[in-house]
Amino acid sequence: MDFLKDPLQVAANWLFGILAGWGVADLWAQVLIGFLGVFLLIALLMVVDILLVWVERKVVSRFQSRIGPNRVGPFGLIQPFADIIKLLIKEDTTPEGADRALYNLAPVLSMMSVLILWAVVPLAPTILGVDLNIGVLYIIGAGAIGTLSIIMAGWSSNNKYSLLGAFREVAVMLSFEIPMLTMMLIPTIFAGSMGIAAITQAQDVWFFFLAPLAAIIFLIAAIAELGRAPFDMGEAESELISGYNIEYSGMKFGMFYAGELLHAFTFGSFWAILFFGGYRFFGLEKVSAFLAIAVLLFKAFIGYWIIMWVKYTLLRIRIDHMLVFNWKFLTPVAFALLMVTAFMNALLAESPTWLYVGGMFLSNVLVAWISLELARFAARKERERTEGALTAEARR
Amino acid sequence: MTVDQIIFLIAAAATLFAAFSVVTTGNLIRAAFWLIGALFGVAVIFAILHASFLAVMQVVVYVGAIAILFIFAVMLTRKDMRDQGAQLNRNWKFGAFLSALVFAGLFFLLRGWGGVSKTAAAFPSDFDAVAALGGALVSPDAYVLPFEVASVLLVAALVGAVYVAYNHK
Amino acid sequence: MIPLSWYLVFSAALFSIGLFGVLTRRNLIAILLGVELMLNAVNVNLVAFWRYGDVHNIAGQAFTIIVFAVAAAEVSVGLALVISVYRKRNTIIADEIDILKW
Repeated sequence: MDFLKDPLQVAANWLFGILAGWGVADLWAQVLIGFLGVFLLIALLMVVDILLVWVERKVVSRFQSRIGPNRVGPFGLIQPFADIIKLLIKEDTTPEGADRALYNLAPVLSMMSVLILWAVVPLAPTILGVDLNIGVLYIIGAGAIGTLSIIMAGWSSNNKYSLLGAFREVAVMLSFEIPMLTMMLIPTIFAGSMGIAAITQAQDVWFFFLAPLAAIIFLIAAIAELGRAPFDMGEAESELISGYNIEYSGMKFGMFYAGELLHAFTFGSFWAILFFGGYRFFGLEKVSAFLAIAVLLFKAFIGYWIIMWVKYTLLRIRIDHMLVFNWKFLTPVAFALLMVTAFMNALLAESPTWLYVGGMFLSNVLVAWISLELARFAARKERERTEGALTAEARR
Repeated sequence: MTVDQIIFLIAAAATLFAAFSVVTTGNLIRAAFWLIGALFGVAVIFAILHASFLAVMQVVVYVGAIAILFIFAVMLTRKDMRDQGAQLNRNWKFGAFLSALVFAGLFFLLRGWGGVSKTAAAFPSDFDAVAALGGALVSPDAYVLPFEVASVLLVAALVGAVYVAYNHK
Repeated sequence: MIPLSWYLVFSAALFSIGLFGVLTRRNLIAILLGVELMLNAVNVNLVAFWRYGDVHNIAGQAFTIIVFAVAAAEVSVGLALVISVYRKRNTIIADEIDILKW
């Protein structure tokens, strides 16, 4: 048992010995150590979350040619703590006519839906909450709780803007869930298991090289699922003055905000796990569990950075365009890709690795090319139709 | 009392309480949220029964889709929600009597049946229920026909729902 | 261990509560909520019998999946009908939708 290889197990054994020395029953000692593990993971996530506030503010200001927080501490690193203190001492208001129980439950559920996702994330070969054999579905299930928290917040605030924001957000989340789940099935096909740990273990070749289109569609659907720009219709500061969380103040708003940032980071890490090998990086993960965690966090930060890059570069898309884009383009492409991948997987099952990877890659490129051509054709038709109507009207 | 039994009792009591609130709460949105609570409780029961796949599907399908659909429908018919006034019809006493009768009938039926106090054998550790279920659903020897019929039903429901709810104007 | 009877009594109670909702609620959507509870009671029974019988016979779980599909179809069509009725008659109280009685 090596501390570098499996630190949690070593620590757990050590604690177990101490507790046994105190005369604690084995069952209770195990329960206690399990709770400590959960507490440790959540504490780690919260520290990362505080860091994320700083990263987000620093990066957005760079995108907008500003310097960003730079007064409190070196490089403004203490700024998030100042933010937290501000949120804590703010007045905690509840609007009149609000449904109090649901109003107070919504931020908690929002945060919870993100935190429970990390139960299935393999941080290192030996550090994993639960090795569920249905991990992919579990992610979608946790997303369902997030959807629930948004509609709860929107309805219980007793505010037209928040209800509208919640409606839009939920419509977007429900519809983009379909391509996202479909794209999660592609790593499942490659790995032959729905377990996140098994998917990571199977990536001798990163799945990105086997299915680049799937990775891109997953990222788009994930951004929509997060409700971030260009899909931030639910918040839409300039028209809905921030959507479902208008009425929240103080730490309740803080929970929504922190939950959103952590959610984005979580999907960055899922992107890394499903398509970029998770904690694996040229055998580095075998050296030490700490290196594995560092690799995973590094990849997750790259995914998170890409999500931020998209957010601060693109404009907000109209809600109907967004839904049409999903139902008429993204979902059919995702289904076609799933079918092609399943077919190719069966066809190339016996072939050597280079042929397998090449065939998969080419089939992905082919699907992407055909779908883009079809989209271009449809767009041209549509343009001719509307332009024809316009000129006919002008003639009249 | 084992840990299993305690968890089961808590989940069952919570589920039944939530279910009772579903049928008695005046505010329909509240009732829909209580339904979500009851569905979560059933998911916990599935998990206790080692049906992990079904527990997750319960959350994904029921909480993620069906309950949200209910909330949307309630909000779309909001003008007529009538939080005030009678939520139960004139014959509610008869309905209560009938459902109590059904429960009592089932209860006595169960008491008379011999297999009811059976306890489960230990769950075989090498048995992958998810893989077995997946295999059974697409195997011609097992349930591929019901599975296909269910998918046809879903498509029919999709088309039908769009057609019925579409505003023909 | 939990005896099978606990699950069966639990699901019978859930079924009866759902039945009460279906029989007595006036709002169409509330009636559908009751139907959902009844379907869930059936699912609990199916899964419990799977677990307490031969685990290798997967029929209980397979039928639960079918019930999920049926429930989803039922809710989508049912709610579409409710919304359609609401548009035409401006009410979703079951007692007031009595045009066939004329």
